[in-house]
Amino acid sequence: MSGMSRVMLEVDGLSAWYGEARVLADVSLTVAPGEVVTLVGRNGAGKTTLLRSVMGLHHQVEGTVTFEGRDLRRVRADARAKAGIGWVPDDRGIYASLSVEENLTLPPVVSPGDAWSLERVYEQFPVLHERRAFPGTKLSGGEQQMLAMARVLRMGARLLLLDEPSEGLAPVIVQRIGEIIRQIKASGVAVLLVEQNVAFASTVADRHYLLAQGRVVESLDNETFQSRTTQLLEYLGI
Amino acid sequence: MSAFLQYTLQGLAAGGFYALAALGLAVIFGVLGVVNFSHGACYMLGAVASAVLLDTLGLSFWWALLVVPVLMFVFGVLMERLLVQWLLRLDPLYNFLLTFGITLVLVDLVKRRYGVSGLPYQLPPGLDGRVTVGSVSLSLYQVFVTLFAVLVCVAVWALLTQTRIGMIVRASTEDAERSRALGINVGRWVTPVFGFGIGLAGLSGVLAAPFRAITADMGSNFVIILFAVVVIGGLGSILGAVVAGFLVGLVEAYGQAYAPSFAQVLIFVLMALVVLVRPSGLFGREEAA
Repeated sequence: MSGMSRVMLEVDGLSAWYGEARVLADVSLTVAPGEVVTLVGRNGAGKTTLLRSVMGLHHQVEGTVTFEGRDLRRVRADARAKAGIGWVPDDRGIYASLSVEENLTLPPVVSPGDAWSLERVYEQFPVLHERRAFPGTKLSGGEQQMLAMARVLRMGARLLLLDEPSEGLAPVIVQRIGEIIRQIKASGVAVLLVEQNVAFASTVADRHYLLAQGRVVESLDNETFQSRTTQLLEYLGI
Repeated sequence: MSAFLQYTLQGLAAGGFYALAALGLAVIFGVLGVVNFSHGACYMLGAVASAVLLDTLGLSFWWALLVVPVLMFVFGVLMERLLVQWLLRLDPLYNFLLTFGITLVLVDLVKRRYGVSGLPYQLPPGLDGRVTVGSVSLSLYQVFVTLFAVLVCVAVWALLTQTRIGMIVRASTEDAERSRALGINVGRWVTPVFGFGIGLAGLSGVLAAPFRAITADMGSNFVIILFAVVVIGGLGSILGAVVAGFLVGLVEAYGQAYAPSFAQVLIFVLMALVVLVRPSGLFGREEAA
């Protein structure tokens, strides 16, 4: 890998449709290893569709998605996960019919060097150890969010797609999630984060893409982002 | 009292057929999203195959118990590979229609070859007697069927809860798309699961062979009751299929004994009541709002 193009994920000219309705128009973005990049925008701006397209779950797409130099156009979702992309959906995606521990061990370990061991997961999240035999959905919202993130870290995902991890959680839990994101970032894992909570986004992210009506309207570094927080909040209508 | 115990046993034995077949229906629905209407016809094929194998090859009941489910598994694999898989991407209604069509074809093929009068099948030697418990005399075969069905259900339950394959099947039953996004190749399990479900229907048919009239039409009533079982238990719920299977067997047996003209109606009254109180069935998960 050359020092200049340290790009882990590259999205180039991505458009997506739901039937006739175009929800993404010519979106291009990059994420480097160890970088946290957010997608900020109103509801319906196409943020979740973008994550789903990167994961290979949305099929009405044009444009290219490249992960670690590999063109993913013809790669199915399960193979994308095996390539090292970790999916943390906005509903957390915890299985009710699986125990907490089964939720953790369901995905295959894709990269033994990067994968967290079960011991490490339990050390970081003692509550998951305590409740390991409970059905996954018996956990609180915050615990389910931890579980969803721990699950892809145990896989050894090198790119995390986090869809609104702070949504509906108490400030203290949001803070904890921020800590985890900073910790995994330090280990070289990249994060593409969909977030409406601008204050939270500015505490974890390096760069931001502003999405409106399916287009990237602005790309900001975190410093600029912080200095324009008020304006952005207004723009988002929050 | 003695009569009541006999009806109970009869109900449990019939419930065993329902539970096994409904289990197959539930895993197929869970993993493929296909409501397999041909399940009744596959149950019929299991019974017909037992009778034909006995008649032509002299294959005993015990061998049929082993061989027929394997044959039906192969039949299920072929059905999925040749037909069902092509419609999986479309509206589930298409596969419902396809499996309905397969049912008509299978039933008519059996009628054409073996007629409509029913094939003979004796109770297997050793199980044709009766056991006396206290003052009650019970059919040994019904005791056997009940215990055997419970045993198979427990084995399937263990397979689903204690193995990695079972974990993948449960996860994919709950949400196949999400499982794919977590690196599970759900497609790899589709064919074996379909074959497995059809194999269970066939096994149910073998058990029914010495006990019921073996005709081409024996599956048509069966499949209707099977759908009632699945609705009562909760669509997609494995435990629900088993519990509701035995429950419906009992209701049917008591109905036949104490209110013969209402026997069939009672099952659907039970279904209506369950749906009224718990729309997602006894063990179904409530749909997220």
